[in-house]
Amino acid sequence: MEERSFGMAQHQVNYAASAGLPVALTTVDKLVNWGRSNSLWVLTYGLACCAIEMMASGASRYDFDRFGVIFRASPRQSDVMIVAGTLTKKHAEFIRRLYDQMAEPKWVISMGSCANTGGMFNTYATVQGVDRVIPVDIYLPGCAPRPETLQYAVLLLQKHIRKRSIFQKQKPKRLV
Amino acid sequence: MRPYRPKKNVQAKPYYTDRFWVAPQIPKESVEDEIFKKDLEELKSAFEIKEAYIQRGQLVVIIEPNINKEVLKHLKEELDYEILSEMSAIDYLAQSGEFEIFYQLLSLGKKRRLRVKCRIKEGEVIESVESVFRSADWSEREMYDMFGIKINNHPYLKRILMPEDWIGHPLRKTYPLHGDEAAQWYEVDKIFGKEYRDVIGPEQRDPAYISTTDTCNFARIYHEVPRCAPPDSEPIRVEKFNDDAPLVETFDLKKSKIVDRTR
Repeated sequence: MEERSFGMAQHQVNYAASAGLPVALTTVDKLVNWGRSNSLWVLTYGLACCAIEMMASGASRYDFDRFGVIFRASPRQSDVMIVAGTLTKKHAEFIRRLYDQMAEPKWVISMGSCANTGGMFNTYATVQGVDRVIPVDIYLPGCAPRPETLQYAVLLLQKHIRKRSIFQKQKPKRLV
Repeated sequence: MRPYRPKKNVQAKPYYTDRFWVAPQIPKESVEDEIFKKDLEELKSAFEIKEAYIQRGQLVVIIEPNINKEVLKHLKEELDYEILSEMSAIDYLAQSGEFEIFYQLLSLGKKRRLRVKCRIKEGEVIESVESVFRSADWSEREMYDMFGIKINNHPYLKRILMPEDWIGHPLRKTYPLHGDEAAQWYEVDKIFGKEYRDVIGPEQRDPAYISTTDTCNFARIYHEVPRCAPPDSEPIRVEKFNDDAPLVETFDLKKSKIVDRTR
């Protein structure tokens, strides 16, 4: 039988063989959500001037990388869609297609007045809120919102993700 | 607090008389400028010109729509107006059933701007000037998209701004700003199908919407009628004044009313 020492390890510990010492107890939920919430990869959806603020949030002063938020240019690699700007009716089809191409679980942040409600563009050519086309998790007010506001939205989303159970399938979200 | 004025019939008797303000005409001057005079004489010798005058220092030439391409070609090749800086149409359908089409030209050598105008009836077609000025390509497409004016011999006549399956031409005066029914449901119809209209329900997001009957959320709160009173109720008369309030020198207690003490 193998000898064990429970004092300071005098020898090299083989964790796989020696019943996993030291041990950290946690739940799968916490572990997975820790990973998910701290590596939110964002599909850049810059449509108008809000995109400038979104870019500023990603740049070095506000530095989104420290939250694990990395901008991706592909829906297949991203978890969050930040809709930054005015969505026109001509473009609505494509935003829905890109949303459908994102892998589950996925979230949407609607950034700025135009994305929330159509903003001041209450006209024939503008979608009056992206929630007519895709389900939205966080509505971010402002015209355009400052980078701090977007940062706060991301932190809120992280909080929201940490509360969820991972075995729950994401409920089909309702459009408004 | 401001005094109450009855607003019941306010729409019926408009106090605002110049609501449909008509912009003053820019004066039309006779052609005095030597360069313009020479150009106009040369044009008149080659084509039939209906009218010509100077407006804001620019020569305006009005022609028949069937010679638009020849006139522009002549202006470009003989008279040195080599840039078509803008062209589009104006909707005069309500006034005369016509569209006015204008071509704004620029001559860098002469330092002059010239505008060619013509009018076509609704449903008539106009010849494309794309072979003369390449910039007319997109402008004519936009004209077709926004006004529904068809253009002869255009290389690629297709909507340029609106989606191809769009119904209607948005820059016509008769087109509603918020779009017709097809426009309002365009994205829903396209993505989810027409049945989905019932799931979403009608749009409730007119930011300029003001209800005249809703006294809870609009306008008259605390001022003229009590909160959530029926809309046709009389404004309450206040007999009791706010006697123990601290007085300011310019504050006239008799003229002002405090409608709600709890506020």
